[in-house]
Amino acid sequence: MKKLLLLGDEALAQGAIDAGMSGVFAYPGTPSTEITEYIQVNEDAIKRDIHRTWASNEKTAVEAAVGMSYAGKRTMCCMKHVGLNVAADAFMNSAFVGANGGNLIAVADDPSMHSSQNEQDSRFYAKFAMIPCLEPSSQQEAYDMAFYGLDYSERVKLPIMVRLTTRLSHSRAGVIRKEMLAENEIKLPEDPDQFMLLPSYSRAKYKKLIKLQDELIKTSEESPFNSYEAGEDKSLGIIACGLAYNYVKEVFDGGKSPYPILKICQYPLPKNMIHKIMNECDRILVVEEGQPIVEEMLKGYMPNDKIRGRLDGSFSRDGEINPNKVMAALGMANTTGEAIPENVVGRPPALCVGCPHIDSFNVLNDVLEEHGKGHVFSDIGCYTLGYLPPYNAIDTVLDMGASITMAKGAADAGLFPAVAVIGDGTFGHSGLTGLADCIYDETNVVVVILDNATTGMTGGQNYCIEGRLEDICIGLGVEKEHIRVVTPLKKNHEENVKVFREEFDYEGVSVIIPRRECIQTLAQKHRTAKVTK
Amino acid sequence: MKKDIILAGVGGQGILTIATIIGTAAVEEGLNLKQAEVHGMSQRGGDVQSHLRLSDQPIFSDLVPEGKCDVILSIEPMESLRYLPYLAKDGILITNSTPFINITNYPEAEMLEKMLANVKNHIVINADEIAKGIGSARAMNIVMLGAAVKHLGLPMENFENAVKTVFGRKGEAVVESNIKALHAGRENAENNAK
Ligand SMILES: Cc1ncc(C[n+]2csc(CCOP(=O)(O)OP(=O)(O)O)c2C)c(N)n1
Ligand code: SF4
Repeated sequence: MKKLLLLGDEALAQGAIDAGMSGVFAYPGTPSTEITEYIQVNEDAIKRDIHRTWASNEKTAVEAAVGMSYAGKRTMCCMKHVGLNVAADAFMNSAFVGANGGNLIAVADDPSMHSSQNEQDSRFYAKFAMIPCLEPSSQQEAYDMAFYGLDYSERVKLPIMVRLTTRLSHSRAGVIRKEMLAENEIKLPEDPDQFMLLPSYSRAKYKKLIKLQDELIKTSEESPFNSYEAGEDKSLGIIACGLAYNYVKEVFDGGKSPYPILKICQYPLPKNMIHKIMNECDRILVVEEGQPIVEEMLKGYMPNDKIRGRLDGSFSRDGEINPNKVMAALGMANTTGEAIPENVVGRPPALCVGCPHIDSFNVLNDVLEEHGKGHVFSDIGCYTLGYLPPYNAIDTVLDMGASITMAKGAADAGLFPAVAVIGDGTFGHSGLTGLADCIYDETNVVVVILDNATTGMTGGQNYCIEGRLEDICIGLGVEKEHIRVVTPLKKNHEENVKVFREEFDYEGVSVIIPRRECIQTLAQKHRTAKVTK
Repeated sequence: MKKDIILAGVGGQGILTIATIIGTAAVEEGLNLKQAEVHGMSQRGGDVQSHLRLSDQPIFSDLVPEGKCDVILSIEPMESLRYLPYLAKDGILITNSTPFINITNYPEAEMLEKMLANVKNHIVINADEIAKGIGSARAMNIVMLGAAVKHLGLPMENFENAVKTVFGRKGEAVVESNIKALHAGRENAENNAK
């Protein structure tokens, strides 16, 4: 069969489609977005009418996937690492109820924070929930793991995590497809108690999950994705997890390592393989992308000189692994070339020329002049760049949705004015409940919802409450006359300043909606219109 | 055969199109390929790069190790220099000379020229002007690809076919102007190297 050139994200997507998945449930977030975007335009997915629209947020996505699994069909949900924090309640409990139809939970981590507000390792969540985790080292493995994972999920009756990292998600390589499988028929769980978490039932389920762990370890030991490569020189053994395996192979000519290598792409850890390499080798170097979870498990709490990795400084404690870091950890000569010349300066990302957010920030800055700095609680999106010069318009960012609730907390502390600046997409993701809190408490806040009609930061996806912002605010209890829609354009500056000022003066909950479409999605629409003409 | 390439530029300049064309040309030759792209935040006018690895042997890492890159191909002069730690001793830097200035502390033209001249093997051409000269300013990135063809280890024919595949959807005229850009880039680079 002809090879397809696919991103790691796309390979997983194609695998899930071919393995008979009936629905993907996802919320966009770099580097996971391309999984769902691939399914949304894939011909087979369209022909089968696989569910493929975006969810409101990661929690609703995981819950919907559990529902599809309950109905007996194969499903996958996708998110970035921080998305799993949002979905954590549903995720942790999904391990208790387990799976009926196969359920893959794909989470893409972003070590080095190329496009994220923090660095965290989703393998901890898989361990926390006591479910298996697959971590592909190549695009082909990402494809194959969709088949393996969905099948395994149905056999062991548990959701399975697939953990990706940025470099695999966004790197392309040849992938060979398998025969496409039929979708499952609807089939309710055999055990009517399976999806019921009353405490008495949960206690039994937890015992069962604990008992299952030995079987999960045994499956890891037999997994096609874990392997032991013999090596002559037993002074060192290398444990290489997921993508880090490639970096280890890269530094040896033709991939031939003098040291034994244990490749781990399926968790829980394969115990007997770990024992073997620990017994055979004098020292162990653990190479893993993300946080030192494997290293910590092997090292234990007491001093232990045998295990090397991120904790003893063989690797940096944070950031991505790469071939040069592996060379350094192995004491090999550094291959690096000339240094970057001093006069090469940084080029940070910036708001697009003509972005509507710019006009909103200019208005906000004018109005805030009389109050000084420190009043603007913001959120995650393109507008986060408003922190940087020349705007310096916002003061905080925590997590999606936190602008409104942080402004509320500060207002409750007595801060005036307390302003929240949130994107329309982020408001749909997790802003509504915060606004409801403000209404309930009659908090004195100004909530600015930047309506650019899209989820700009992640590449312009639709979102669930598009076109209904005013109705939703009214429904939540905001007074009609304090919902103000303005058009963020330079020529409207004075008029907009006036509107903002009026709402700053109002004691209570105000919502201001600067509305103008993102120029990138607008340009995209023009391009597609031209092609279809 | 093994070529490790780094493509460089600023978000929105079209380096991913170059990557796709080289990728398509390599697949026609039956080579293995890995191509690491940058998506997300840095696409907003920040620096972007793509690591492209071609080989008739299995390729392990998605990233080119530092000091192993055969060709840096850049659409923007300052950006080409950002990846010098990756360039092998006998590797070559090929860049467009037209700066993209969206920051306030961009280096002076003279300084930039000096820094480029310091690189052992380099080709610097004004791709923007060449593209304008043949009447298709937008094909600037393909002019740059043309300038690198000789150093990519694949026949010109493969690149022409790849341009047809990648731009085919946009019609005959677009394909034609991009093939013209490919040749213009190659010729200019050859003259420049003399
Ligand atoms: C929990 C979580 N999920 C997803 C993301 C990825 N993400 C970053 S910003 C953003 C939404 C941006 O949309 P919007 O609020 O409309 O602002 P815009 O970028 O359009 O200005 C998303 C989904 C994230 N950072 N956190
Ligand atoms: S993508 Fe859209 S919202 Fe984001 S900076 Fe550009 S114009 Fe603004």
